[in-house]
Amino acid sequence: MTRESITNAKNKINRGTADKIQQVIIYIVVTLFALACIVPFILVIIVSFTHEKSVTLNGYSFFPEQWSTAAYQLLFSSRSAVPQAYKITTISTVVGTLTATLITFGAGYTLANKQCRYRNGLSLYFYITMVFSAGLVPWYMISKAIGAYDNIWALIVPSLLFSPFNMFLVRNFVRGIPDELNESARIDGAGEVRIAFAIYLPLCMPVIATVALFYAIGYWNNYFNAVMLIDNKEYFSLQMLLFKIQSEITEMQRVAQGAMRSNPPKESFKMATSVITMGPIILLYPFLQKYFVKGMVVGAVKG
Amino acid sequence: MSTLEQPAAAPQKLRKKKGFFGEIWTNKFLYLLAMPAIVYTFIYCYMSLPYIAIAFEKFNYKTGIFSEFVGLQNFEHFFASSWAWTVTRNTLVINILFLIVGTVCAVLLAIVLNEIRAKKFLKVSQSTMLFPYFISWVIVSYMLQGILGTDNGFINNMMAAGGGDRISFYQQPGYWYPILLILHIWKTTGYSAIIYLAAITGIDEGLYEAAYIDGATRMKRIRYITMPLLMPTICIMTLMSIGRIFYGDFGMFYAIIRDNSSLMPIAEVIDTYVYRTFKNTGNPSLSMAVGLYQSVVGFILVFTSNTLVKKFFPEGALF
Repeated sequence: MTRESITNAKNKINRGTADKIQQVIIYIVVTLFALACIVPFILVIIVSFTHEKSVTLNGYSFFPEQWSTAAYQLLFSSRSAVPQAYKITTISTVVGTLTATLITFGAGYTLANKQCRYRNGLSLYFYITMVFSAGLVPWYMISKAIGAYDNIWALIVPSLLFSPFNMFLVRNFVRGIPDELNESARIDGAGEVRIAFAIYLPLCMPVIATVALFYAIGYWNNYFNAVMLIDNKEYFSLQMLLFKIQSEITEMQRVAQGAMRSNPPKESFKMATSVITMGPIILLYPFLQKYFVKGMVVGAVKG
Repeated sequence: MSTLEQPAAAPQKLRKKKGFFGEIWTNKFLYLLAMPAIVYTFIYCYMSLPYIAIAFEKFNYKTGIFSEFVGLQNFEHFFASSWAWTVTRNTLVINILFLIVGTVCAVLLAIVLNEIRAKKFLKVSQSTMLFPYFISWVIVSYMLQGILGTDNGFINNMMAAGGGDRISFYQQPGYWYPILLILHIWKTTGYSAIIYLAAITGIDEGLYEAAYIDGATRMKRIRYITMPLLMPTICIMTLMSIGRIFYGDFGMFYAIIRDNSSLMPIAEVIDTYVYRTFKNTGNPSLSMAVGLYQSVVGFILVFTSNTLVKKFFPEGALF
């Protein structure tokens, strides 16, 4: 007994100093990693406001010699393709997210409903598509066949409109709601439509918000659909425009007159476009983060 | 269709006897709700199966999936080329690197975050770490150019200022496994750590208190309480990722590598190769063959890993 208590006492003393050192190390590590995550974005913002001459002379720098808003002026000028791309991306994101969320809720709700006898068969039907996909070529040909090619639908329909993973998230959430709710609503005379949309939908808001965010981020950040299915520049999404910006700048240079031509803000233009592409994500970030973290936890841990 | 005549409000007991159409009719609203998803999945997944035939044909845009049958010629062509080995190796090596280092970093970060008691600091740092996850790879690719670029990149400027030589990162494949790994860690660790942190938070606080009273140091508490209790989550997440090991992240690789042929020996993965043979080379048959190779191996991996998850961690299986 005595020996044990002595070791305990020793431990306690050691613990005091060791603990403090560890605590300091922990805070330093976390701070460094957090900085590493945010500093590149700060560099992007700074370069977007840097005069092109400074970038060419001194390269990317946190402390530019000369500031300038030329990149943003060019961005919102009449020659710029950015406003159009912004419009396209906004439309596809809003329309796509709303539709996708509704489709996902519908399927998830049905699959969780005990009245539906084929729910397990349907689950298998969706599950198979999660483990096997025939790949790019059929995807491309089907998209073309259904008319999702070189128009706004190409950015909305293929791949992004429905994800079985999200549907299973919704299903598992609905399953967690006691069946008695459904039964008592039925006894009280609520119709099927009312039960689904007036009773279950509001209850499912946390998972709906998460799923909607997954979809929205998917739409906003997607450039694959545009790379594969869009030829007409009218329908370039923001990410696609950014992806092709090198040729875009050359194009604008060609059209541009006077002062612009002599010193086009190339690097800063790239960065300015990046900044406004990140814009909505930064604005919605607190909201995004809240539901994202919630959804991740629901999806991954409770599965 | 005669079954449709059955009264919709049939007593519950009779339900078992109803046929297929009876069931559909009774729950018509439910099936209607699920219909868009069913149709969408049918079009994009089940209708794509006939297109697999293209892999065994010499594709012609006029004849479509009824083009001339050539047997395994496309597969022979692919496996005879050096690309077969290159893209398979790259996909596997990169994904395994991502998986191992990614998991270690995420678990470490979660453990470290769990030790932080200052709520505000925790919240701010976590928000910051999650941020890269939401940013598209296209933007990341420009950021990377800003950092690694030969003429005006941040690193090269620092080295030039220090009297060193400039390194043309974008011409030398040797640097790229580590660069891609760092990018992956940077972009996803904050996100994956959330899952592990949630699992740690779920551990009974009483265990830690008891250990503390018994004199366990922080390290010991992590080693003997956190780690063992975190193991199931780690195993589930790892198994799930092993299933995806044959699929490269197209969004990442194509945005960062683009058509830079000097980096392809290291950074061309199956997905980008399939894309290139299809769009750049314009050979749908070869592309389909490679895609099928990926789908089949991928299917075996995903299926096995999911079965293992279901067997050992029933609560972790999604389906």
